[in-house]
Amino acid sequence: MKIIVNGEDRQAPPGITVAAYVATLGFDPETVVVELDGQILGRFEYDERRLAEGAELELIRFVGGG
Amino acid sequence: MLKVNERPYEFTPGLRLAELARRLKPDADVFIVNGFPVPPATELQDHDHCWLIRRGEKMGLEEMERLLYARHTPGVQARIKDSRVGIMGLGGLGSVVAVALARIGVGGLLLADYDLVEPSNLNRQQFFVDQVGMKKTEALRQNLARINPYLRVETFDQELTEENIPLVFAGVKVLVECFDGPRMKALALRTALTRMPEAGYVGASGLAGYGENDLIRTRRLRPHVYIVGDGEAEARPGQGLMAPRVGIAAHHQANQVLRLLLGLD
Repeated sequence: MKIIVNGEDRQAPPGITVAAYVATLGFDPETVVVELDGQILGRFEYDERRLAEGAELELIRFVGGG
Repeated sequence: MLKVNERPYEFTPGLRLAELARRLKPDADVFIVNGFPVPPATELQDHDHCWLIRRGEKMGLEEMERLLYARHTPGVQARIKDSRVGIMGLGGLGSVVAVALARIGVGGLLLADYDLVEPSNLNRQQFFVDQVGMKKTEALRQNLARINPYLRVETFDQELTEENIPLVFAGVKVLVECFDGPRMKALALRTALTRMPEAGYVGASGLAGYGENDLIRTRRLRPHVYIVGDGEAEARPGQGLMAPRVGIAAHHQANQVLRLLLGLD
């Protein structure tokens, strides 16, 4: 199915959880802030929320160093 | 009307600093007008703020405070002196942000870190060899007091969590995320976006190594929320954290904090 990730069209398996989708990108979900359809998700929601056709994801990923 | 060492003095056209000094402070050898050092022959304009200083003289606290503020761009310091900024993490980013904000005269800093100063910190962080083993919060408090004794410093030396960040930093104008670990960086932003919608926020990601200067950018995520860095360069073996590039990012953060405090962004 088609979803939109940071403004770009992407494909994702239907019903995949946010955590699983983020992991397919090679990111540790704990290092990513997720906005799904305009709403910032709490960390506990990553494993619960599933992506639907046309879902709009904004991912803000952090790398270490400070 | 002039202001001379912060006291009113009648302006007369054609008056030069040297003459003013002769009347008020003959031993002065440093002359500052509107925040900038100038030669004694400088002709004064009405409403100038003048400082006559004798090099090395011991000053009272009050006069010192006025002098520190005289060096700040007029108008700016008055608008930031009552501001309180929270800094999460006192490493290569946080300690540098704190020093920059102390130097421009931000009124209050809330410094949070549970770590101790270690020798490996000294390649980029604003601590000294004789502070190894001290709590970072305490060491930085000491160092900031030597820069600006009028800064109000509060410290928090326990671990920050999603639960306590909104409580610890309640009421800060801007929250600066200077953590090292990416999980804490994400946790902090998530917490700020969901539970501290009023606060300005300046985070950082991607500043390790010695990649190109200009890849470090300040990106606006949404109103009053910014992330500094190149987004890619993570700290790892072979790509360490070093004073120059971490410092570039830290000063991006500090300048963004200033812009938020001034209401420009």
